Amino acid sequence: MKIAVCVKQIPDPATPYELDPETHFVVRPNDQVLDDTDRYGIELALQLAEATEGSVTLVSMSPAGGLQGIRQALAMGADKAIIIDDESLRGSGALGTAKVLSAAIKGEEADLVIAGTESTDGYVGLVPQMLAELLGLPALTFAKKVEQADGGLRVERQTALGYDVVESPLPALVTVTSGAVEPRYPTFKGIMQAKSKPIEQPSVADLGLTAEDVGVAGSGQHITAVEPAPERGGGVKIVDEGEAHLEIVKILEQAKVI
Amino acid sequence: MTKHSVRPGSVTVDPRDFLAVDALLDDEERLIRDTVRQFVGDRILPGIADWFEEGIFPIELAKEMGSLGLLGMHLDGYGCAGTSNVAYGLACTELEAGDSGTRSFVSVQGSLCMFPIRAFGSEEQKQEWLPQMAAGEAIGCFGLTEADAGSDPSSMRTTARRDGGDWVINGSKMWITNGSVSQLAIVWAKTDEGVRGFIVPRDTKGFTVNDIHQKLSLRASVTSELVLDDVRLPADAVLPEVVGMRGPLSCLNEARFGIMYGAIGAARACYEAALDYAGERMMFDKPIASFQLIQRQLVEMLVKVNRGMLVAMHVGRMKDAGTLDPSHISFGKLDNVRMALEVAREARSVLGANGITLEYPVIRHMNNLESVLTYEGTNEIHTLILGNKITGIPAFG
Repeated sequence: MKIAVCVKQIPDPATPYELDPETHFVVRPNDQVLDDTDRYGIELALQLAEATEGSVTLVSMSPAGGLQGIRQALAMGADKAIIIDDESLRGSGALGTAKVLSAAIKGEEADLVIAGTESTDGYVGLVPQMLAELLGLPALTFAKKVEQADGGLRVERQTALGYDVVESPLPALVTVTSGAVEPRYPTFKGIMQAKSKPIEQPSVADLGLTAEDVGVAGSGQHITAVEPAPERGGGVKIVDEGEAHLEIVKILEQAKVI
Repeated sequence: MTKHSVRPGSVTVDPRDFLAVDALLDDEERLIRDTVRQFVGDRILPGIADWFEEGIFPIELAKEMGSLGLLGMHLDGYGCAGTSNVAYGLACTELEAGDSGTRSFVSVQGSLCMFPIRAFGSEEQKQEWLPQMAAGEAIGCFGLTEADAGSDPSSMRTTARRDGGDWVINGSKMWITNGSVSQLAIVWAKTDEGVRGFIVPRDTKGFTVNDIHQKLSLRASVTSELVLDDVRLPADAVLPEVVGMRGPLSCLNEARFGIMYGAIGAARACYEAALDYAGERMMFDKPIASFQLIQRQLVEMLVKVNRGMLVAMHVGRMKDAGTLDPSHISFGKLDNVRMALEVAREARSVLGANGITLEYPVIRHMNNLESVLTYEGTNEIHTLILGNKITGIPAFG
């Protein structure tokens, strides 16, 4: 099975994020890390590829920087990476990103496209669905379990109340929730081999797209202002003198949680 | 060359990597370090206090460490990862930030057992043992020290004599890490030609192992006595490529190199525990980090941990460049281990009564480091190695 996994390099979440005061874009340092939630999609892809003697290609649109995040993903065992980093991509929205990723994935003729549910820096959560539409693939989202079945896939799809069982033929796109699989550690051999694995860096033009399709121009949106999130209120303190549980039940009932 | 001026506030300083040693590493080294740090966080730290208290080494970790590539990581071929020496050192730092016992396990397996087979073994020995040792499927132990032969290993009483085509070994070895969990021992014994190394499979007749109990240090690590009573081995059990004390001493150099890096991990864990604690612990209505005496203690720890890391990185780069003399490793082992012990004691004092419990890592590291100070060349022996190097006068005997 040929599998393409969408991954993203993001600024280290342990460091405070900065926004450019003029463009309101996230300031991206040269050293970025692999989005931690991508490790689940990579693990799933590796398991499926190992079971089918397939291959795993990482596809990413983000400033390449030192490629640390991509190497981290290659070290887990992926075979190659395609990263699209082009000045015209700055300010791309979800749709522009999906256009670029779909153009890159089309050339790969993947049987399966895997993505996380959303990125940890942007939290938009729309790119996978748009990508499926552009690629003409069924979108199996929020998978907490993925199995091969009858030449296709059987997915347990997380819902608010439990899970749905969804089956689909291939090719298809799957988004994986965090915790769906146990991501492996990169092995030292994998780390040593990662630097010699192929990393393709096509331009936007190489993918048959123009600057109008992507970036601020292609996003169809403009960030007018960014405000800090309002601070949370102090909450309610209940001192337990034997009756606190009744108070808490009352609050939960008022909030219609129970 | 552009000269930059120092502008206060223009550079972010990380209290946990004060001298930005991270910038001295390449991507590969950083990724290996981060992977081991994550492994230690996931697999060692959650259980270590209980293992230490109960005196258990969790042997199931061996295969996990093997699949990661930790065992014999800086050796080439035969299933080993073939990393740089610096990468091996950084892995030791992270392992020992977990526990000295875990790092000891990896040091013994990789530097004391796999290294001599790789360096002095026959092709058959390498093919038989190294892949399964790299995978953590076969565990080794290293028999050099004896009850009455510690700092002067050449005074060992264990002997190997030829009997027809066989070797017959008699004697005993003491303070042997991994003894009872091992499948093979690298045993050094006196022969007519000089000291030689033997691969002794655990199930060989006449070879018994007794664990040493009632330890208050390295409790999450197995320490044993090896007894060899007319142990008969075939001719091909000897490591063919080395005769004399050069054999075991070259293994020790490898292991001491890892300890030089490892001790910084233990020290760093203690410093960070003290830094966190001092920021949270309230006394006289303010965090104890507000007091000058506590700040002095924290800064003493900070300086020592960072200085130790710079020494290790420099020695590590020299080892990778092939410009290292064994005395450089003595410099690093001597100073970094005693530094780490000082930091652990300082941290214990910052944590007050909490510092004596296993809820915090400090006293565990402090007790472990007492062993680390002694094994792999005592502080005194490394002092004499350096003294000999700078004066040209040996003062060992």
